[in-house]
Amino acid sequence: MGKSLFQKVWDAHTVGTISDGRKQLFIGTHLIHEVTSPQAFGMLRDLGLKVKFPQRTFATVDHIVPTINQDAPQDPLAAEMMQALRANADDFGVTYFDLSSGKQGIVHVVGPEQGITQPGTTIACGDSHTATHGAFGAIAFGIGTTQVRDVLATQTLALEELKVRRIEVNGDLRPGVYAKDVILHIIRLLGAKGGIGYAYEYAGEVFDRMSMEERMTVCNMSIEGGARCGYVNPDAKTVAYLHGRPYVDMTDFSATAARWLSFASDSDAHYDDVISLNAADIEPTVTWGISPDHGIFISESIPDPATASTPLEKASIEEALAYMKLDAGAPIKGVKIDVAFIGSCTNGRISDFREVAKFIQGHHVAPGVQALVVPGSQIVAIQCEQEGLPEIFRAAGFEWRGAGCSMCLAMNPDKLVGDQLCASSSNRNFKGRQGSSTGRTILMSPVMVAAAAIKGSITDARELFDLTPSASIA
Amino acid sequence: MALEPVPSVLGSAVFIPGADIDTDRIIPARFMKCVTFDGLGEFAFYDVRFDEHGAKTNHPLNDARFAHASILVAGVNFGCGSSREHAPQSLRKYGFNGVIAESFAEIFYGNSTTLAMPCVIASAADVATLRDEIEADPDTVVTIDVQALRVRTSGGLDIPVAMPDSAREALLSGRWDPIQELLDNDASIDAKAVELGYV
Ligand code: SF4
Repeated sequence: MGKSLFQKVWDAHTVGTISDGRKQLFIGTHLIHEVTSPQAFGMLRDLGLKVKFPQRTFATVDHIVPTINQDAPQDPLAAEMMQALRANADDFGVTYFDLSSGKQGIVHVVGPEQGITQPGTTIACGDSHTATHGAFGAIAFGIGTTQVRDVLATQTLALEELKVRRIEVNGDLRPGVYAKDVILHIIRLLGAKGGIGYAYEYAGEVFDRMSMEERMTVCNMSIEGGARCGYVNPDAKTVAYLHGRPYVDMTDFSATAARWLSFASDSDAHYDDVISLNAADIEPTVTWGISPDHGIFISESIPDPATASTPLEKASIEEALAYMKLDAGAPIKGVKIDVAFIGSCTNGRISDFREVAKFIQGHHVAPGVQALVVPGSQIVAIQCEQEGLPEIFRAAGFEWRGAGCSMCLAMNPDKLVGDQLCASSSNRNFKGRQGSSTGRTILMSPVMVAAAAIKGSITDARELFDLTPSASIA
Repeated sequence: MALEPVPSVLGSAVFIPGADIDTDRIIPARFMKCVTFDGLGEFAFYDVRFDEHGAKTNHPLNDARFAHASILVAGVNFGCGSSREHAPQSLRKYGFNGVIAESFAEIFYGNSTTLAMPCVIASAADVATLRDEIEADPDTVVTIDVQALRVRTSGGLDIPVAMPDSAREALLSGRWDPIQELLDNDASIDAKAVELGYV
């Protein structure tokens, strides 16, 4: 019996077994940011330890940077955290893509863009969306701060092996259905806790056809389905994306590419579970509640607690509807929004902005709606400028901002106020996630966010933008 | 770096009601703006302990009877949400040294064990009995016996609890923080780095 990519990478990186039975896993690449690293460096200093392989750790600043006047945060704590990262990177000899580097951005955008993220490697970062890097056939884990310390000091982690669930989606996606809809649909079906203990392997025609950026959107939300990591097997697209990137060694590229591809799952690999879905069944999906598995198709109605099958489900629907201030059984279409956000490590890449820009010309953001567009990195921002995208967004009434996490979470000045409702291309709709303890989030694809911004309410982008089959992407 | 084994922890306890208490509830994201964990204790459960005007709510942690509690008792799926270690760190700095709940989220659990804060799983009925007992007498001393996998109280309650073997073993042997073992394998790490072409 063959091996899955997960097993190949896991076995290759296993250093040994520690006394509590866990494996000691070598971590090829360590990514750090300002929120979860300063405490880890503090622990390292307390223990008198060094960074074992400084050249294998890369730093950037993303969560707390403002998206206006980026290098001058008004918040003294934010300034202190940026200072601390600078000092730690200098003291320990770690590469830092700071604001003046032209390469700063959200850590999960920067890694792939620089070619640091590579197939067949292990990657760790003190951030739960690290699975994003799995789009390249890497095994990428989100870790806690003490584990950040462990990786800094030893370049290894103590981990329990995961089971592997293969999720196959075959057939054709319909026009106006995007990678975001596919992953929201998977999470809806398998549940927010369905992936606990598993790595998710996304396979089948739909993922084969997706661009690298679309694969990143899918892998990004693995943790929202409970899976610590998720991946797509590397193929010719993976190799082409990485060719010539700054951190890819080009000396014998064909040998490198062959080695990368050798990590792909064998055709007779063992899986602990296999799930098969039909692409044509998926419609544009939006959330209605306070967990990423609270998803429905845009054509569906908001769930009614009266139709719940268990008391627990009934209570959970009631709690979500009370928080979201939505009516049971009403259509989700037509729900008024206050804010629209396009960005984040889920959907803040060049293809996301290009796709939205195709549709918004000749339209304008509805009165009373604040619409933010935030590139995921400085490099994405420059690409957008070269293609004239900021002008297109501004002409349609969107605000164009500097690179960072922005309104994905409440650690910088971009925040919801009171119970504002935000149509968001990010990945979490938890209570209070976007900065107000009563703020409300509805997750969806960037094109659906743009449609909601223009209509002033949740809407079916396929109708507003007259999405015909030729206008769709994979 | 020898670590202390943690065969048991004890202290007075407080019950925090509700299911699915997430890490945002335990430590709101805005308090993650910090460069050390030291000050996090005072912000544990901040948004449910204080209303929007900064006035104290009737949250159990504001109840003077439970002011010295060091064991936290909770319901299902405690610690769900993000992977932020700030959550168990804030509980630890607040003064908690053990948690008893009906179930825990996975990452929170691992982070807590690494901080030598045992988390044990009890049945819903036993959690309810324990709650009644500590609410009737807040001075009740609650012992989490990691060795015997029991929770006992000074009031005579004695209930079975569960925890994964790896966590129990790590606490009992003083290897709850794996750093020393990871460091000990330095030569194998170097060999692996070369074998895989990382350095
Ligand atoms: S964009 Fe959001 S989810 Fe992604 S790293 Fe930043 S805060 Fe986390």
